Amino acid sequence: MSTNAGSRPDIQSSRLEDEDYSKNFSDIHPPLNKHEAFVEADRCYFCYDAPCTVACPTSIDIPMFIRQIAADNPKGSAKTIFEQNILGGMCARVCPTETLCEQACVREEAEGKPVKIGLLQRFATDHLLEDGDKVFTRAALTGKRVAVVGAGPAGLSCAHRLAMHGHDVVVYDAREKAGGLNEYGIAAYKSVNDFAQKEVEFLLSIGGITIENGNRLGETISLADLRQNFDAVFLGMGLAGINALRAEGEDLDGVVDAVSYIADLRQAKDLSKISVGRKVVVIGGGMTAIDAAVQTKLLGAEEVTILYRRGKEQMNASEYEQELAQTNGVTIRHWIKPNKLIGENGKVVAIECEYTESKNGSLSGTGETLTLNADMVFKAIGQNFVAAPLNGSAEAIELDSGRIKVDENRRTSLGDVWAGGDCIAGGEDLTVAAVEDGKVAAEAINDVLSA
Amino acid sequence: MADISCNFLGIKSPNPYWLASAPPTDKEYNVVRAFEAGWGGVVWKTLGEGDPVVNVNGPRYGAIHGPDRRLLGLNNIELITDRSLETNLEEITRVKKNWPDRALIVSLMVPCEEQSWIDILKRVEETGCDGVELNFGCPHGMSERGMGAAVGQVPEYVEMVTRWCKTHSDLPVIVKLTPNISDIRQSARAAHRGGADAVSLINTINSIVSVDLDAMAPNPTVDGKGTHGGYCGPAVKPIALSMVSEIARDPETHGLPISGIGGVTTWKDAAEFMALGSGSVQVCTAAMTYGFKIIEELNAGLSNWMDEQGYDKLDDFVGRAVPNVTDWQYLNLNYIAKAKIDQDACIKCGRCHIACEDTSHQAITSMVDGVRKFEVIDDECVGCNLCVSVCPVEGCITMEQMTEGSDPRTNKPIDHDYANWTTHPNNPSAVKAAE
Repeated sequence: MSTNAGSRPDIQSSRLEDEDYSKNFSDIHPPLNKHEAFVEADRCYFCYDAPCTVACPTSIDIPMFIRQIAADNPKGSAKTIFEQNILGGMCARVCPTETLCEQACVREEAEGKPVKIGLLQRFATDHLLEDGDKVFTRAALTGKRVAVVGAGPAGLSCAHRLAMHGHDVVVYDAREKAGGLNEYGIAAYKSVNDFAQKEVEFLLSIGGITIENGNRLGETISLADLRQNFDAVFLGMGLAGINALRAEGEDLDGVVDAVSYIADLRQAKDLSKISVGRKVVVIGGGMTAIDAAVQTKLLGAEEVTILYRRGKEQMNASEYEQELAQTNGVTIRHWIKPNKLIGENGKVVAIECEYTESKNGSLSGTGETLTLNADMVFKAIGQNFVAAPLNGSAEAIELDSGRIKVDENRRTSLGDVWAGGDCIAGGEDLTVAAVEDGKVAAEAINDVLSA
Repeated sequence: MADISCNFLGIKSPNPYWLASAPPTDKEYNVVRAFEAGWGGVVWKTLGEGDPVVNVNGPRYGAIHGPDRRLLGLNNIELITDRSLETNLEEITRVKKNWPDRALIVSLMVPCEEQSWIDILKRVEETGCDGVELNFGCPHGMSERGMGAAVGQVPEYVEMVTRWCKTHSDLPVIVKLTPNISDIRQSARAAHRGGADAVSLINTINSIVSVDLDAMAPNPTVDGKGTHGGYCGPAVKPIALSMVSEIARDPETHGLPISGIGGVTTWKDAAEFMALGSGSVQVCTAAMTYGFKIIEELNAGLSNWMDEQGYDKLDDFVGRAVPNVTDWQYLNLNYIAKAKIDQDACIKCGRCHIACEDTSHQAITSMVDGVRKFEVIDDECVGCNLCVSVCPVEGCITMEQMTEGSDPRTNKPIDHDYANWTTHPNNPSAVKAAE
């Protein structure tokens, strides 16, 4: 445990007893057992033109899959889900259901207690994944080949749909493992037992998809080559850049990019080896900020504070996620922005902040400052799209607000290139939205290839 | 406070709730627990003659469940008491002695031979019980041996056995009727002709509650086979209410005391049976589902409702709904009602819309001015009540009578006169109204 309070800054691993790690990082919403699933499924009214389905970015027929659970057909239920969302298992775990399907549930309006759609979806999809039954088969092979860049939710969704239509797909990914943010992002307690990899295996079991890991666009592969060698290309490489704080002291030791930290934590075989500060400050207001804050607290940090430059309502993290952080002992402070990071011997020891206010919609500092001690400061103020690798050797792809511009079919300005997920303009930073992008693009690609 | 004490055929009980002849009344232990809990009476589980019957040693019950595994219907293949006659008689005697203020009726089922009935009645009279109930209803097992429903399904047998019992005993005789017939009035009339003091109904309904699709056999499955059983519980209440009402309004049996049975679960169910002419009610499945404690709700609910309605005693409302049970042909065809949806209560599930759109009259919107909204289109609404039935929110949709203007569906002005099918011009055998 942390006892060396005197020697600052205090960043260390093994702050907890061994058993506390597995306890703290166990499944945050344990799965429903069969009895619980039946009881919950019975609550669904099987609404007409169901608001939950309308609210789902992938338009899963929610009343139907719940009815199938209630009718003791979990396999059929899972099929209903996977037909619309092949990553329905992960979405059941990470979707902000409280602002999507469950917010729209008429029982939320009726009694403030929506049907637990996310947990029911997990019940059904887990059932099928555990059974290992094959529910999808490929259409007659077309001989067409499609390259997909990025094995994240968008790319995998696209690849599966294309394979289903009989096309062969090669998925290139820069990392060692497929899954994208499902594997490298997302708090560990939301996806336990290596679920992301199990889901990838399930998805690949349809056949016709090859994953080529360790291939980064602009390094081992180029868009020009892909366009030449394949009948179509789908880009789903996400956001590679980390937004800078633009504050003095950003380079000090102890100032950490939250996205990489979360990835390291997800990949760690032994959580006690992950170092964490005693006093942690997280800058940002989105899901990444929450995931970094909660997980550092669970790793044994004594004080964790999220600083957000605007108010509670403007935070990208849902109210549920904010409450999750708070019940885990994280302090969320609004209307505060970082001015500079204060270091000693090259290591961060404190952060100087300034109160903010919003006047006529524009944000400015009030001039009043405060200083918080911190051994570790996380940057979680968003990511940006790095376009350079795209156009190294070919005609330029059109961008919009710094991301790839697409039409409603997710087709880019290049006729044989589609894109989806976080890298496109209007990307929502949601797994489920990325899955929908991949699906829509795959259908459009199929239309073009079979024309 | 309303007086809920009951006097049925001179048999008094502190409330109108008797436990029906069934597993809960098979033993002194259970019956004493019931009386301690507050039940008004019991009909002791059916006694037979000779060596005790033998029950199956596998499952005896099967069930239909609603949401949250709420038990809606129960089916059983249990037979009459499988304990010795001596033991039962001894316990009945003791219980009646210790609980003189409670009704204790003994259910009987012996072969269709006069001497068998003479013998059993003699034994039962010695217990001091308040009356007997003739089990002409059990649809399974015993009926294969010429008893139970096998008797109840033949009005001549019902009349004959009832007459034997009235001839050979002074005890009040209640004849329990089987619903497994086409016209309940025939059995009730037969019991009446035989001199029955009352009828009780319904006994259980022939049923296969479900099929085990792995074993490919009916449930409950006993070593790979199943048989039909007797169905009871909330699911059978509507059938029972209808049969009770038929007897209550039949000129031949009108006024014959009825003990109502069939799915009584709450005080409201009991009040409904009583409104249709039941002087007492019998309960079984609800007790077998929740235990005897429900008697507290049954008593308190009935008493509270009677206070609200200004009924001082049970007789003030028993049979009150009977005059309002009529034949379809006498319903007022000039009565016009339209559904109305309370938009504040509506949770926008859309079930009213899809039910009406797919299966009825296309009289409910799903979208108004581009917004999800469910409104009744009076021009199409026939007032069928389907939307009310499928709406998950109680009181959200109501049927409102039109009293002024014209029905927008037919463009006919509202006619305040009563007119039914017997006089309707579309009826080929209409009786022409007097000029």
